[in-house]
Amino acid sequence: MSVLVQIEDFDVAALYNTLKADAPQIGAIVTFTGLVREFNDDASVDSLYLEHYPGMTEQVLEGLIKEAAQRWPIINAIIVHRVGELRPADQIVFVGVNSAHRDAAFAAAEYLMDILKTKAPFWKREQGPEGDKWLDAKTSDDERATRWH
Amino acid sequence: MSTIKILYFARLRDELDCSEEAFELAAESCSVAQLKQQLAERDGVWQQVFTESLVLVAVNKAIANTETVIQTGDEIGFFPPVTGG
Repeated sequence: MSVLVQIEDFDVAALYNTLKADAPQIGAIVTFTGLVREFNDDASVDSLYLEHYPGMTEQVLEGLIKEAAQRWPIINAIIVHRVGELRPADQIVFVGVNSAHRDAAFAAAEYLMDILKTKAPFWKREQGPEGDKWLDAKTSDDERATRWH
Repeated sequence: MSTIKILYFARLRDELDCSEEAFELAAESCSVAQLKQQLAERDGVWQQVFTESLVLVAVNKAIANTETVIQTGDEIGFFPPVTGG
């Protein structure tokens, strides 16, 4: 089980291989990678800046993995989240889970992503020539997260 | 001296123009609600932030609520709803 909050990009293949190292005990690996989407309505936005609460972020993410491990029989889980300046198409977040069977791996990966979105202390700021703008939280993310209560 | 450390993040920090401060509690302990009330008494922007906007709080890096008790030496973090992932 591991959590990484970092400025640097990450290598999905290397993370996958870490999860695969638990073979032949495992029969399923589910990975999710989140990318920075092209900035929707505002073409004047150049980049995103990701801020977080050092120390708390890691604690929250580790707690999420523990919670997932209590709910489903997963063997290992990895969360990587980038901070700092990011541009469209950059990788921003990785969640990977392995388990004996696919249902636990699918459910745990989705759970981790949904709860991360609403509980982990990260904040996105759009940066452009006309200044910076903090993004608002989405109610659709809250709604998704309530499915797991 | 009953000092606590308060950290402000993201939009909140920008609005308050403050990232971190040492704060003296009037007593050995108080609730998060009482602390927010004291901060809201400061002036316009503080009052606005702590009464009108949705402010989340962590005590010693764990998510807390208005009833959580704060004690000397604690680290309090105030921040807006999160937008990671």
